[in-house]
Amino acid sequence: MKAEPDRVTSRESVIEFRNTGYRLPNGQTLLENVSLKVGRGETLALLGRSGAGKSTALRLINRLLEPSDGEVLVEGKSTRSWDAIALRRHIGYVIQEIGLFPHYTIEQNVSLVPRLEGWPAERTRARVSELLDLVGLDAPRFAKRYPHQLSGGQRQRVGIARALSIDPPILLMDEPFGSVDPLTTGELLKEFQQLQRRLQKTIVIVTHDVDESLMLAARIALLDAGKLTGIYSAKEFLVAREPMAAAYVANFRMYEEAERKNEPH
Amino acid sequence: MNLINFFIRHQREIVQATLEHVWLVGIAMLLAVAIGIPLGIIAARHPWLSKPILGGANIAETIPSLALFGFLLPVPWLGERADRLVITALTLYALLPIIRNTSAGISGVDAAVREAARGMGMTENQILFQVELPLSAPTILAGVRVATVLTIGIATIAAAVGAGGLGEFIFRGLAMVNDQLILAGAIPAAALALLADFILSLLENRLRPARS
Repeated sequence: MKAEPDRVTSRESVIEFRNTGYRLPNGQTLLENVSLKVGRGETLALLGRSGAGKSTALRLINRLLEPSDGEVLVEGKSTRSWDAIALRRHIGYVIQEIGLFPHYTIEQNVSLVPRLEGWPAERTRARVSELLDLVGLDAPRFAKRYPHQLSGGQRQRVGIARALSIDPPILLMDEPFGSVDPLTTGELLKEFQQLQRRLQKTIVIVTHDVDESLMLAARIALLDAGKLTGIYSAKEFLVAREPMAAAYVANFRMYEEAERKNEPH
Repeated sequence: MNLINFFIRHQREIVQATLEHVWLVGIAMLLAVAIGIPLGIIAARHPWLSKPILGGANIAETIPSLALFGFLLPVPWLGERADRLVITALTLYALLPIIRNTSAGISGVDAAVREAARGMGMTENQILFQVELPLSAPTILAGVRVATVLTIGIATIAAAVGAGGLGEFIFRGLAMVNDQLILAGAIPAAALALLADFILSLLENRLRPARS
């Protein structure tokens, strides 16, 4: 059906944008004619400046927004024909501000969706400690604490645990490592990379960080002013001719250069 | 000394009037909470309705209480009995702080928390009852507290239309130029207001989520 070559046709595509556009009620275009596919178990990074439409694209996937043009398919079904609640329970969602519920303990935050799904208490409790363990938090120590008693990095881990609570096959992450200090970001990234290998989820991650994209994603979709300017594998991205990609890479190289100079000899 | 003797001598009447006062304010507050909280939620959810709702409550608030009793007097069912009339008027006065605080409390819930709740697949009702209302409970209760103290004061004017309460003593005392009689109404009314304020502020602090 599609004329252009597509790298993920070999794999079943879990998320697909078909000529998707999104406009605000006032007519401002945030996303224009985006088409892309994400295969099962693949991690795709949406890279771009602030305001490029990355978060908009992400929020179209779990139907926090509905496309103005075209459609978004999840598991082969248009998000419009999904029940919004069922769709969102099928997709884990992690945002930069995390959005933990301040009046709930860590345990209550992580167990919220299982409880809404009517899981028995025993199963829920076991799942919470399994999840806290998974994200590197000592369950007995943290379960009864409140979000404000945790550091930024710890809160981010809880945010990831919460998104994984009912083991959704898809994970959406909106700058998940953006709000913590660089050192913590580094640790979180490495740990998340391992988690990613273990869990084999389909992941779409929004970021403005090349490092993060290269580390986590098999492919990078570059967005600029609401338009998709290209999709690259990590290798292709580093040698891409397209000006936007090249600019990102040049910046990245500069950063690597500086890092090498600072290394003790 | 005289005053204490006076209070002891008229103990039964003062207690009676205080109970009437509590009853008028209590019923009015129950009604105001039952109406005001839903209106506050609506105002927070639909910004275009916020202006008319808050504006209406604001207008009610600015009508002098005696005039409001006068306006309500010719209203068919309400005007028939003094207590109905007074409870209606007190309810109208209590609405504004409750609506305003409910709306402010809900609008004040962190946008990221709401975004996360929606993204996790909570329904609008689940978000309202499990996230928005618990998080804005202290703010809402602060509104209830202000409204309660306000209506305890205004309810003294209820005696002007014959609804009883502590205002009876005040009006009688004014007519007879009797300070003791005025104080027999004013002191219990002030004590009631302070007590209500104290109890509700305790509750408010308990509802406030633990924050270091």
